Amino acid sequence: MLKLLKYSLYNILRTRFALLYTLFLLMATLGIYSLDYDLSRVGLSLLNVVLLVVPLVCIIFATVHFYNSYEFMELMLAQPINRMTVFLSQILAVGLSLCLAFLIGAGLPMLIYGADSSLFYLLLVGVLLSLVFTGLAFLASVMTRDKARAIGITLLFWVYFSLIYDGLVIYLIYVFYDYPLEGATLAMVMLNPVDLARVIMLMQMDVSALMGFTGAFFQSFFGSAQGLLVSFSVLLIWILLPVWAAARVFKKKDL
Amino acid sequence: MTKFIDKWWVFGLFASGFIVFVPPGLQAQSTHVVKVGESIQASIDQALPGDTIFISEGEYFEKEIIIQKPLIVIGSNFPKIDGMNSGDIFLIAADSVRIEGLELINTGYATQNDNAAVKVFDSRYLKVVNNRIINTFFGIHISNSENMVILDNFLEAFETRSHRTGNGIHLWKSDTALISGNYIKGHRDGIYLEFVTMTENRNNKVEYNHRYGLHFMFSHDNSYYHNLFRSNEAGVAVMYTRNVIMKYNIFEKSLGSGSYGVLLKDISNSVMKYNIIRDNTIGIYMDGSNNNEISYNEFRRNGWGIKLLASNDGNHLSGNNFIGNTFDISTNGRLVTNTLEGNFWDKYEGYDLDRDGYGDVPYRPISLYSTIVERIPSAIILWRSFMVTMMDRAERIVPAITPENMKDTKPKMRPNDINFKSE
Repeated sequence: MLKLLKYSLYNILRTRFALLYTLFLLMATLGIYSLDYDLSRVGLSLLNVVLLVVPLVCIIFATVHFYNSYEFMELMLAQPINRMTVFLSQILAVGLSLCLAFLIGAGLPMLIYGADSSLFYLLLVGVLLSLVFTGLAFLASVMTRDKARAIGITLLFWVYFSLIYDGLVIYLIYVFYDYPLEGATLAMVMLNPVDLARVIMLMQMDVSALMGFTGAFFQSFFGSAQGLLVSFSVLLIWILLPVWAAARVFKKKDL
Repeated sequence: MTKFIDKWWVFGLFASGFIVFVPPGLQAQSTHVVKVGESIQASIDQALPGDTIFISEGEYFEKEIIIQKPLIVIGSNFPKIDGMNSGDIFLIAADSVRIEGLELINTGYATQNDNAAVKVFDSRYLKVVNNRIINTFFGIHISNSENMVILDNFLEAFETRSHRTGNGIHLWKSDTALISGNYIKGHRDGIYLEFVTMTENRNNKVEYNHRYGLHFMFSHDNSYYHNLFRSNEAGVAVMYTRNVIMKYNIFEKSLGSGSYGVLLKDISNSVMKYNIIRDNTIGIYMDGSNNNEISYNEFRRNGWGIKLLASNDGNHLSGNNFIGNTFDISTNGRLVTNTLEGNFWDKYEGYDLDRDGYGDVPYRPISLYSTIVERIPSAIILWRSFMVTMMDRAERIVPAITPENMKDTKPKMRPNDINFKSE
């Protein structure tokens, strides 16, 4: 397993994409720090990067990597090695490198220029989102043999979670706004990892606004240690569920 | 003529000789010392107008101490006067009374009477200085009086049921007062003024009260400098008043749907300058207020910087800094008769080609989504999502729902340099 992981990581390093990604994040974060004078503004700008760019890069990179190492996997599976080991080493390698890239890219400037607690939350949320979308990418990849189709599916995932879903939620809130919606919106937030990440950050950055009439409901949930635990657990489920599903498919898949 | 003056001189000499030779105790201005176990009321009754009552260190159990002549009551090392949870402690109806250096604890609670540690009627030239007023219903309660100084008192109440709390410093139908350096905690309203004119409030620290930190109504020509209002249940509410000056104050941490950093209801011809308004759900809530100048304030990390209802008219907001607020300004109508100019908005994305320090395109501080949240509060959960950000941006370019005229035509590119300290 460790040996396989090592080779996979070596593979990823050789493509230099992970390095480019790190460099991009580094430049972006440094740029944000040098343009904005206020830590809360830095958090805001970084939030957009974390919610939009990170999932997109993760999902595409993981898919492309899966297909690039298709032959490697085939070769490995011809050896007396457990299928799960091969699969898990691949997903771990991708997840690890993406998380590392994010941590270095976004975290290094924070070490240099300083950060507050909300920025640490941002780092954590970014890492978790990277893993969620790596898992989703692997799920999409094992579902089809065609690389283009898999990328199509992954992009659909991204568009759905970042755009379409919120549109649906807005629509539902608009239609049913006569009804008490707090519980329902809370459930809807849980069903989308990007939204969940965003709301966790919202609790850090817009506390004052959330103390209003309805906001207080969300604040009392997400603001409490219990609520935080629940929301991070749900994010963990969002990581494990696609990985588990992908592993199941991979186990029986005719490569 | 000279003869006449000589006569007066002789009379003066005679008179002063008379004072010197009267036995002590009947002197015009003498000092009475009250020791533990003795009655404060008794020694007040004995004293002549203008005397000084000196209360020694220790514990006294006395209530309804009535003062009806000019007196100075001074405590040594904060003697504790316990009202035994019933009635008032001091009742004052006389001019030139001074209460200093006492610890007044445990007044009664009654729904009919506003029991207070120091209760004052129809008096002038009152001074309440450096007292500790602890666990009382009302703290200092003044009605129909003039020319008062309420200085450096410490007031704290511990009642947790908010309907059983009274106001810290309560003035009714009075004129000319200096309320300065007081600390007020745990009361209903920290400072409450009704029909009170010409007061100056300085350096007071008012926090964790059950209703408003500062609450005044029909109290014209008052000024507030360097006060701190923090974490009061409902913030600060000022109503039906004109000619108010508020400068260098800090209003912070009023969190909740009915809480306001400052609630301005029917306030006119007033000035708010150099204040810091931060971490409130609503920084300033303005309703029916006219011709006010709100300038050089800092709005930081509020949910809503200002809620400016359409009922306001002719207010001028200039030179303020809006930094890190979730929503800068929101309103409830399309008619705008208030002006915005030269404010700094951290959300401004314009440019400054002519380098005059002001952005070349106007800034529209009202976000579309804030109007949606106004109608559907649950929608706040989608704030900062990509979808909402796009909607907001589109609305800023071509306003369709938000009022077209609500704009800062000269938004500053950099924060205004504001000095929050001087004066």
